[in-house]
Amino acid sequence: MMLPAIVLLPLLAALLPMFTRHLGRRWCALLVALPVVAALGLLAQASLPIWEGGMQQWSMTWLPSLGLNLALRLDGLALLFCVLILGIGLLVVVYAHYYLPAKDDGGRFYTLLLLFMFSMLGVVTSDNLLFLVFFWELTSLSSFLLISYKQYDSAARKGARMALTVTGMGGLALLAGVLLIGHVVGSFSLSTVLESGALVQEHALYPVILCLVLLGAFTKSAQFPFHFWLPHAMAAPTPVSAYLHSATMVKAGIFLLARFYPVLAGTDLWFYLVTAAGMATLLWGAVWALFQHDLKGLLAFSTISHLGLITLLFGLNSPLAAVAGVFHIINHATFKAGLFMAAGIIDQQTGTRDMRRINGLWKYMPYTAVLAMVASAAMAGVPLLNGFLSKEMFFTETLQSDQLGALSWLLPLGATLGGVFSVAYSARFIHDVFFNGEPVNLPKFPPQEPPRYMKIPVEILVALCVAVGVFPAITVAALLAVAATATLGGTLPEYHLAVWHGLNIPLLMSVIALVGGIAVYACRRRLFAWYARLPEIDAKRVFEGRIQAVVRLAAGVTRGLQTGSLQGYLAWVLALVAAVLVWQLPNLASVTGERAMLPVDGVSVLCALMLIAAALLTTVLHRQRMMAIICLSVVGLIVSLIFVRFSAPDLALTQLSVEVVSVLLLMLAMYFLPARAKADSNSLRVGRDAVLAVLIGTGVAVAALLVMTTDIATISPFFLENSVPGGGGTNVVNVILVDFRGFDTFGEITVLGIAALGIYALLSDLKLVSAKYDPFGRPWAHDAHPLVLVTLSRPLLPLALMIAVYIFLRGHNLPGGGFVAGLITSVALLLQYVASGVTWVHKRIPGDYHPLVALGVLLAGLTGVASWAFDAPFLTSTFTHVHLPMIGDFELASAMLFDTGVFLTVVGATLLILANLGKLSLLDDKKETT
Amino acid sequence: MELLVALIIGVLVATGVYLCLRARTFSVVLGLTLLGYGVNVFLFSMGGLKINQVAVVGASADPTDPLTQALVLTAIVIGFAMTAFLVVLALRSQGEQHSDHVDGQDGEQRS
Repeated sequence: MMLPAIVLLPLLAALLPMFTRHLGRRWCALLVALPVVAALGLLAQASLPIWEGGMQQWSMTWLPSLGLNLALRLDGLALLFCVLILGIGLLVVVYAHYYLPAKDDGGRFYTLLLLFMFSMLGVVTSDNLLFLVFFWELTSLSSFLLISYKQYDSAARKGARMALTVTGMGGLALLAGVLLIGHVVGSFSLSTVLESGALVQEHALYPVILCLVLLGAFTKSAQFPFHFWLPHAMAAPTPVSAYLHSATMVKAGIFLLARFYPVLAGTDLWFYLVTAAGMATLLWGAVWALFQHDLKGLLAFSTISHLGLITLLFGLNSPLAAVAGVFHIINHATFKAGLFMAAGIIDQQTGTRDMRRINGLWKYMPYTAVLAMVASAAMAGVPLLNGFLSKEMFFTETLQSDQLGALSWLLPLGATLGGVFSVAYSARFIHDVFFNGEPVNLPKFPPQEPPRYMKIPVEILVALCVAVGVFPAITVAALLAVAATATLGGTLPEYHLAVWHGLNIPLLMSVIALVGGIAVYACRRRLFAWYARLPEIDAKRVFEGRIQAVVRLAAGVTRGLQTGSLQGYLAWVLALVAAVLVWQLPNLASVTGERAMLPVDGVSVLCALMLIAAALLTTVLHRQRMMAIICLSVVGLIVSLIFVRFSAPDLALTQLSVEVVSVLLLMLAMYFLPARAKADSNSLRVGRDAVLAVLIGTGVAVAALLVMTTDIATISPFFLENSVPGGGGTNVVNVILVDFRGFDTFGEITVLGIAALGIYALLSDLKLVSAKYDPFGRPWAHDAHPLVLVTLSRPLLPLALMIAVYIFLRGHNLPGGGFVAGLITSVALLLQYVASGVTWVHKRIPGDYHPLVALGVLLAGLTGVASWAFDAPFLTSTFTHVHLPMIGDFELASAMLFDTGVFLTVVGATLLILANLGKLSLLDDKKETT
Repeated sequence: MELLVALIIGVLVATGVYLCLRARTFSVVLGLTLLGYGVNVFLFSMGGLKINQVAVVGASADPTDPLTQALVLTAIVIGFAMTAFLVVLALRSQGEQHSDHVDGQDGEQRS
C-alpha cells in the first residue's frame, strides 16, 4: 500500500489549497509541502528493497477483461524519477512561494502544480501500459493549465495550446502504440511487456509500434522536429518552467525511451530513428540557444539540446550509453532547474528577461551570480561539476559507436560541435548577465538579492551539482546503478565514475568544446548580426496558421457534406446501401434456393399486376395528391389480399382496417398541404434517384426470393406446439402477441401511445390555413355532411361495434384480437366523424382520448404486474374454462385482459390522432366565419 | 408464386425509396407508406409462403409460420402511428415555415 500512497499524496495535497487559500500563500505552500515531504519519506522506505536489487509492486484489478489493472511498480528507474519529481517538486513549492506576485494567493498555482506532480508520479510508477497512457494524458492536460497560468496573457494561452496540441497528438500516437504492443504481447502489464522484447522486435508490426511510441516520446521531450512548442511554453511562470521544462515533463519522453529500452531498443531502426532525432535536436537546440536574447529562451533551447543529447545516448544501442543517458537525466535536472530558478530571481529583481538590457548584475547580486555561474558551468560541462562527468561519458560513447560504418566519425564530430555551442551559450549566460558593462534601462533598478529563503532551493541544487561533480562515487553512484540496471532490464555494464580518466580523446573533445565555445562567444557580435538578418520564423504564427488551415479544411468538408438538405443526406445513406448491393449481389451463385416454388395462378398474377401498376402510378402521379392517395389505397388493399392468399387472416384484417384509417389520415393532411406540388427535381436528380430506387428494390427482391425459396429451421414449431397447452388459445398469432411475446406487445402499445401523445403535442397551437379552392380554382363545396352518408353511417355504428366485440372475443382462438378489434372500433367511430363532423360526435361522446390511451397501457401493464402476486414473472398468463348458462362453455384467459389493454390503446391512439387532426379544420372554419 | 411476391416487394421498395427522395413532405409520406408495405410483405415472406394453411391449431395440417405474422401485425399498427407522426410533423412544418419542402424552405435558393 505504500506505492499508491506515494502517488496519491500529491493528489491529496492538490486539494488542500482549496480550503487554505484564504489564509494566504504561506499556509498554502506549507500545507502542500507537507504531503510531498511525507511522500518522500514513504519513498525512502519503499526504496529499501530496491537498493538490494529488488522491486516493489502493487496492483488492484479494475477491468481485467480489457487488461486494465491499477498496477504500480517501483524499480530503479521509477525510483530515480520519483526522487526527481518529488525532490525538485518540493524545492519548486518553496521557490514559488517567493516567486509568485504578491496579490496571488497561490491556491490555483499549487493545486495545478501538485496535480501535475501526481500525474508524473503515475507515469513513472505505472505497471500497466494503459494506466501509463492515462497518466501521460493527465500530464499533458495539467501542463496545459500550468503553461496558461497567466490566463490574461495571449502568449501564454497560445503557448499552452501549442504544447497541448503537440503533446496531445503524441499521446494519441503513444496510445495506438501501446495498444499494438498489447496486441502483440497479449498483455498490458509492463512487467510482462518488458520480458517480451524479442517477441515484439520479431513481430511484423514492430516498425509501426516503434514509430508510434517514438512519436509519443519525441513530442513530449521536444525532439526535432517537434521541438518548437517548448520555447513558447516559456510563457509559463518560471517555477513551472523549472519544474516541467527541465526536470520532469520533458523528461517523460526520455523516461519512455528508458522504460521501453529493453523492449524496443537494439535494432537498426531504433538506432537510426532515435540517434538521428537526438543529434538533430542536440545541434539545433545548441546553436539557436546562443541567439536567444530572452533569458528563459536561452534556457529553453539549451533544454532542447540537452534532451537531444540524452535521446542520442539512448539511440546508440550500447548499455554504457544508456547508463550515460540515465546519468545525464539526473545532472541536467539539477543544473537546469537551478538555472531556471536563478533566471526567475533575475527576472523578478530586474523586471525583464532581455539579456541585451541585463548586464553587470555581479555588482548588485553577487550571491545569486555565483549560484547561477556554477550551474551554468555545469551546463557547459566544466570539470569538477556534474555536467562534465556525463558529457565525458557521452563523448566516449559517440567515439565507441561504429554503427554508421565509414561515417561513424560524424557522431563524435556532431557531439563536439554540440559541446562547442553549449559552452558558448553557457558563457553568454554568465558573461552577458553578470558582467559585460552596466544594466541598460532596467524596469526595476537597482536589482537586489532576493529573500534569503528563495535562494535555498537554488543552493541545494547547485550544491548537488558540485557534490556529484567532485564525489560521484559516494553521492550518485548507487541511485545511478539501480536506475541504469532497471533501464537495461538486468545486467549493468562495467563503468567507472571518476573525474579524471587520464589523457584521452574524450578529454581532448572537452577541451576543444571549452576553447571553441569561448571562441564562438567571442565573435558573438558578428554572429548576432548574421542572426538578425535571418528571415524571422515565428513558430507560433506558423503553428496557428496551420491549425487555422486545418480548421478551414474541416469546415469546408463539413459544409460540403452537411448541406442542410435532408434529401442529400438520405441519398447518401441510400447510396451506401446501393453500393453494398452492387458490390455483393453479383457474388450470388443463384437467386433462388432449393425449395420448389408454389404454382402461379391467374388471379394472383392479375392482382400482382394491379399492385405494381398502382405503385408505379402513385410514383408517377405523386404531385397530384388525390390521385396518388387513390392509387396508394389500391396498393394497400392488394397487400391485404396478399395476406389473405398466404394464410395470414390476422394480417389481412389488420391491414384492411389500417388502410381505412391511413387513407383518412392522408386526406386530412392533404387538406392543409398544397394540393399540387411543383416539379422540384431536375432530370439529373430524378435519374439518380431512379437508379438508387431500382438498385435497392432489386436487392431487397433478390434477398426475399432467396429466403423464400430456402428451407430454414425456424423457432416457430415451438409456438405451434405450445400455443394450446401453454397459452390456452388456438390462434397462434394472437397467443404469440398477448402471451409468448407479451412484453414486446406491451412495448409496442406503449410506443403507439407515445406517438399519439407526440402528435397531440405537435398539433397543439398549430395554425394552418387550408386552400379555399381546389387546384382548378373552384371553391370547395359547403355541403360538409352529405345526407346519405349521415343516414347510412348511424345504424352502422352499433353493427360495427358488435363485430368488433365479436372479433375481440374470438381473437384467442380464431383470427382477430385486440389490435384488429381496436382498429375496427376506430374505423366505426371515425366514420361518424367523417359523416357528421367533429362537433356532432363530440356532443355525444367525450372527445378526450388521452385517458383511453393511458388506461390501455396501464391495464396491460397491471395484468403483467398481477402475475407477481402469484410469484410468477412479469406477464405470466393463466387461463381457465368457464361455463355460463345460455352462452356455454368458453375459455377465460388472463391474456384477454392484456388484449383489452391493447384494444383500448389502439382505439385511444387512433382516435386521438385523427380527431385532433380533424379539429384543425374546425379551427380553420371558425377563423373563416369570424 | 414466390417470384411474383419478390417482384411485388421489389416494386414497393423501389417506388418507396424513389418517393422518399422527393422534396415535398407529402410525397415522402407516400413513399414511406409504400416502403412500409414493402417491408411488411418482406418480413412476412421470411416465414415462407403457404396457401390455405392458417396458423390456427387444428385448422390446418401444415400451419404457416405464425411468428413473422405476429411481428408484422404490430409492425402494421406501429407503421401507421409513425406515418401519422410524420404527417403531423409535415403539417407542423407547413404551419411554421409556410413550405411543404422537406428542408422547411423552398429548394430554389439552395444549391
